[in-house]
Amino acid sequence: MRKRVRRRYASERWFRGLGLAAVGLSVLFLAFLIYSMASRGLGGFVHHEARLPIDFARSDLFLDPATLHGPDAAQIVAGADLEGAISKAAAAAYGPRAATLFSDAAVAKLSNAIVAQPDMLSGATDIWLPVASNVDIAAKDRGDPVAERLVDALAQRHALRQTFNRQFLTGSDSTDSAGAGVWGALKGTFFTILVTILLAFPVGVLAAVYLEEFAPRNRWTDAIEVSINNLAAVPSIIFGLLGLAVFLNVMNFPRSAPLVGGMTLALMTMPVIVIAGRNAIKTVPPSIRDAALGVGASKMQVTFHHVLPLALPGILTGTIIGTARALGETAPLLMIGMRAFVAAPPGGITAPATVLPVQIFLWSDEVDRGFVEKTSAAIIVLLLFMLVMNGLAIYLRNRFERRW
Amino acid sequence: MSLSLAFAAILLAAAAAGWLGFARARQLRATTRLHSLPIYHGSYAALWAAIPAMLILAAWAPVQSRLVDQAVLSSPEGRALPVFDMQRQAILSEAREIAHGEREQGFNPQSTTIAPRIRSEEQRFALIGGGAGLLAALAGAALALRRTGPQFRARAGVERWLMIVLFAASLIAILTTLGILLSLMFESLRFFRLYPLPSFLFGTEWSPQTALRADQAGSSGAFGSLPLMWGTFFIGAIIAMVVAVPLGLMSAIYLTQYAPPRLRSWLKPILEILAGVPTVVYGYFAALTVAPVVRDFGLSIGIGSASSESALAAGLVMGIMIIPFISSMADDSIAAVPQSMRDGSLALGATTSETIRSVLLPAALPGVMGGILLAVSRAIGETMIVVMAAGLAANLTANPFASVTTVTVQIVQLLTGDQEFDSAKTLAAFALGLTLFLITLLLNLIALHIVRRYREQYE
Repeated sequence: MRKRVRRRYASERWFRGLGLAAVGLSVLFLAFLIYSMASRGLGGFVHHEARLPIDFARSDLFLDPATLHGPDAAQIVAGADLEGAISKAAAAAYGPRAATLFSDAAVAKLSNAIVAQPDMLSGATDIWLPVASNVDIAAKDRGDPVAERLVDALAQRHALRQTFNRQFLTGSDSTDSAGAGVWGALKGTFFTILVTILLAFPVGVLAAVYLEEFAPRNRWTDAIEVSINNLAAVPSIIFGLLGLAVFLNVMNFPRSAPLVGGMTLALMTMPVIVIAGRNAIKTVPPSIRDAALGVGASKMQVTFHHVLPLALPGILTGTIIGTARALGETAPLLMIGMRAFVAAPPGGITAPATVLPVQIFLWSDEVDRGFVEKTSAAIIVLLLFMLVMNGLAIYLRNRFERRW
Repeated sequence: MSLSLAFAAILLAAAAAGWLGFARARQLRATTRLHSLPIYHGSYAALWAAIPAMLILAAWAPVQSRLVDQAVLSSPEGRALPVFDMQRQAILSEAREIAHGEREQGFNPQSTTIAPRIRSEEQRFALIGGGAGLLAALAGAALALRRTGPQFRARAGVERWLMIVLFAASLIAILTTLGILLSLMFESLRFFRLYPLPSFLFGTEWSPQTALRADQAGSSGAFGSLPLMWGTFFIGAIIAMVVAVPLGLMSAIYLTQYAPPRLRSWLKPILEILAGVPTVVYGYFAALTVAPVVRDFGLSIGIGSASSESALAAGLVMGIMIIPFISSMADDSIAAVPQSMRDGSLALGATTSETIRSVLLPAALPGVMGGILLAVSRAIGETMIVVMAAGLAANLTANPFASVTTVTVQIVQLLTGDQEFDSAKTLAAFALGLTLFLITLLLNLIALHIVRRYREQYE
């Protein structure tokens, strides 16, 4: 008898331990995921710069500082062979193998510096420029032997320093990993999500109000309910196919535009908002409606003056969660062509753009090793956004939700 | 005049009508009693001015772009364009961008010559559509403003409009479902005209590469979807579920039955974070971290065919993604089991684990099964993890270390290349999409039915 009891308690402990192990494993997975992204990606926020002594007077650049004061300055500088000048100056300072020390990102930085300060063209200066990605990798970790030797040579002459990579936060997509940044993708994400919220929030809330407060119980409403519940579970890529077939091919909207991306994601987010909205409206007690009706308000006034404001925190929570999901969505946007290489931040909702998750997907496909840490760094930015949005939703839920 | 200008003009007209109605009603209120507040008179006029006009504009916009294209193509400059459709479309879209001032010069010289034509045609048609919209706005405003008066029930009028808006909003869900079904079916029918349905459903060879010349080998392209279905099922319904079901179920049991409240208040949000991680992040994690480990493990146990794009890597990570989903579904169905059943079992002397295993789980089983079905439907529709971590080779194999491909991977592959829209390749993507939609729809309906039936039992 005692033996049996002991066995039963042992199996009880086992079962409990199994449960704890299951939860622990999930938490471990999350920790490992975050660790692996952080360990790879944090390097993407810093980069190495090398000092370049450059004597403009002796270079072959035909740039006259006097002409560089108008709005065309950037174009004039772009026309000059800065790349060749940098390469020659680097080779002169650090030996012939340093000719490829700098890449496009350095050219961009130098031309910006010249436009800002044309007078530097008249003499010799020292300027810190971002190094090419293979040198950057060699400086951070281990790279190819040529780059390693170059890094050692630079370090001996104190011509190498590590700084915060502003280019990563202010730049756009680029074929050169040293100059690639997330700003263009962030702007595209902003426009896309703006369109999504502007479309999905009003429509979702109004549909929730209709279904919860006004809809007669009949077959028609049942059909609406079933289709909303189903849409919430339809794979996201199907919405992409819908966007491709209807918005692009039938309605002729511009490809790759945040407008179409936002509309597609809005169709996906709307059911989430409707379901959250209906639950929030349901929790408003009937006594509030009865009281308002009792003092002579119309049904519409009861709904819009009393029920909706009381349900709003719940609706907002659902909206934020739905929007966060849309923010992380990639597949439907691939379908409508938001995977194009877009080297400039979009100027509006009809300009070609890409979004952060798609940017991550595109960079993950790049062969250049420099993109590995850029991809992980972009993932860190995306995860931070998700964390902020989910935190906001939890805060709203705890702060404003009333129990009746 | 462009349509956006017409849009702004209509908004302005509506605002003016609203203000006029409001002001007139307020003036009347000084001397008589009104049925409705002045704000309702104002809103009534504004709604009558805005909504019909906006509808006209919304209906006109797509018609206009077609009419402009037609007019441009039938003009002398348009007839000079190449007949080949893809090239013509490229030139047209370039010309459109030039006409809108989005770029200075086209890659193709013809687009620069045709741009002014597009601009003038657009202006002509926008004048027609925008003018009609503006006329409708003015007519609506005039009609509404004439009715302003002490007897007029403006509030009822506004509420009728609101009701229409509410109903229209709820219709969008149905329209979306219909839109999905119709667009998928329409394109799929075109595909099945090129490729017979039975060989699509039961064919075992998938090689969508169509050759450019007719005499090349494999020029026909084979669209047998069976290997894709198997790959989808293998990754989403077998490997992912082997990971997710035990972990998710045990997590739910631990969190609801054992965990002290403080620990639970920490663990639940962490699980929710796991559910909120974007799938592209999981995909990158699977491709970069998990896949090499899985391949090395496969090689070390002597499986020579272990691929770095194995089904196992994608399935494992997908399983992790699904854990919180299963956990929360199981949580709900365990919570729905009446407390009296639990109390009865405990009172008979059963330990907590015995109660869970022989009372709670059997009672919650239908709900859990429904949750698992929903999880399967989500796993087979998942795209990014498999696109990044699973392969492209359509293999009919049960070896988890081999590379398989899924329906979603192939849809992405077929649609992200640069090609014309009507080829069998792009149409095949829609046929795959339709199949995927129908399978997930079926799974969802069954799951929702089970869950609902089960809820009713205990209520």
